[in-house]
Amino acid sequence: MSRRTVAELSRSLARGEFSSTELTRDYLSRIKQFNGVYNAYITVTEELALAQAAAADQRRARGEHGPLTGIPIAHKDIFCMQDVRTTCASKMLSNFISPYNATVVERLNAAGTVTLGKTNMDEFAMGSSNETSFFGPVRNPWDPERVPGGSSGGSAAAVAADLCAIATGTDTGGSIRQPAAFCGITGFKPSYGRISRWGMIAFASSLDQAGPISKSAEDAALMMNAIAGPDSKDSTCVEVAAPDYMATLNDSLQGLRIGVPRQHLAEGLGAEVESALQAALKVFESLGATIKEVDLPNSHLSVSAYYVIAPAEASANLSRFDGVRYGYRCADPVNLEDMYKRSRSEGFGSEVKRRIMIGTYALSAGFYDAYYIKAQQIRRLIKQDFDNAFKEVDVIIGPTTPHTAFKLGEKNSDPVTMYLEDIYTIAVNLAGLPGMSIPAGLHTHLNKRLPIGIQLVGKDFDEARLLNVAHQYQQHTDWHLQRPEV
Amino acid sequence: MALEKSDVEKIAHLARLHIDATEAQEVASRISSILDLIDQMQSVETRNVAPLAHPFDAVQRLRPDIVTEKNEREYLQKIAPAVQDGLYLVPKVIE
Repeated sequence: MSRRTVAELSRSLARGEFSSTELTRDYLSRIKQFNGVYNAYITVTEELALAQAAAADQRRARGEHGPLTGIPIAHKDIFCMQDVRTTCASKMLSNFISPYNATVVERLNAAGTVTLGKTNMDEFAMGSSNETSFFGPVRNPWDPERVPGGSSGGSAAAVAADLCAIATGTDTGGSIRQPAAFCGITGFKPSYGRISRWGMIAFASSLDQAGPISKSAEDAALMMNAIAGPDSKDSTCVEVAAPDYMATLNDSLQGLRIGVPRQHLAEGLGAEVESALQAALKVFESLGATIKEVDLPNSHLSVSAYYVIAPAEASANLSRFDGVRYGYRCADPVNLEDMYKRSRSEGFGSEVKRRIMIGTYALSAGFYDAYYIKAQQIRRLIKQDFDNAFKEVDVIIGPTTPHTAFKLGEKNSDPVTMYLEDIYTIAVNLAGLPGMSIPAGLHTHLNKRLPIGIQLVGKDFDEARLLNVAHQYQQHTDWHLQRPEV
Repeated sequence: MALEKSDVEKIAHLARLHIDATEAQEVASRISSILDLIDQMQSVETRNVAPLAHPFDAVQRLRPDIVTEKNEREYLQKIAPAVQDGLYLVPKVIE
């Protein structure tokens, strides 16, 4: 029963084919069997899951259920969960028991989901391969020698290996979309401000956004309906009510104008990704869409600007980890400064420390204008590129990643090589737009099938359109139904 | 732009991080290669471009200045490394 989508599981629960308790036990036994291989979960909340499943079955018996009631879910370990360990995959928070729930968790609890556990990730969401986790790397279910992508690598691997029905993720520069592409599943990053960031441990506050990691666009819409919308606890969460994302999934694509960024078809794009993209565009054409090339002339500067803005915001956000109120404190500090310095140096991993230092440098006296202001100016140029493109098209479609999943250890010795992995996704965060990755092919390499993702980008707050476009594609193709042989 | 070991030591102090003398050189070279990537920004003229701090140019929303939360000091201090009488304990700051 665990190989189905949320929409299918929901129908089966409604028909009484099995209970949420039976379904939850099935997932828990799969986690016991396979988590040792993939390392997708940092914490498994078995007792909580069984209690929530029993409560969901009672709710259903009383007729008080919604589509997500009794659905087993996993949360990226960046979301605070009351009385559950929330680590952000860092030694700094390895013993942190959160005193409150993130809004995303609160809303999914209210919808009746069953929490199986907390998923592995890059430390403080800083990484593109899930290799910076204090709890060890996650392995890709399609080929355990390869990375699942990052930073939401545990959530992506858990969905792909059917260790949960759906998962939450967060995306600051591609952290939902890139692992979704590498693991052959659907990853959705809403517009900045569509979903509350309350209780989501901050990395770069002007870029961070939560979203679903799922087996289909329809499942993503089901989760969006539960989590999107205003929250008085997050003043950056927009006050506009979210629409019903299920209502428009079946709209026709007749007349849809699709733009393909010329700059994303240039040097650096793998041939297998490009041919999958071209095949997908043909499907969209057959559904009545028109395709034209568009220009994003400043897209090559997005990685540079991002590696000023994100570390600058991170250096400020992570200054709260001082060993005083919660989190790791070093042994036997000789004075306050020694306590700050050693708690932070021993508690953070090397990539986190590197980004804190880059951010500190970019914000320091004498360098602020050359780095931080310059990056914000480039950010406006990138935003304007999208504004101009969206005068001519409704949706932009291109590759999610330059190539398929790479091997563990292949790129983690050089930070710059790793940073360039997010070349197609980062600009979307800088512009605050909704973006998603959907599976569009499998590349066979040395007897292993490796998934290929394509990226869909929409106008500000046009999430419903993206989910509609992705759902229609998934009604006419079966790439999203392909599963690794676990 | 190439950073010196002494630059790294200064940045680390500002960020309240301790960097061993043995690793400072490697950290300097890693950060320098990232700064080279960042410096690609300088190839574009941006004199008349207004900085964009928020993707939708939004400004901070304010709420009425009234107490809405109850005091949960004891509950919140349960996760602190060291507390006494409702206060966080740190190494002696004033002699």
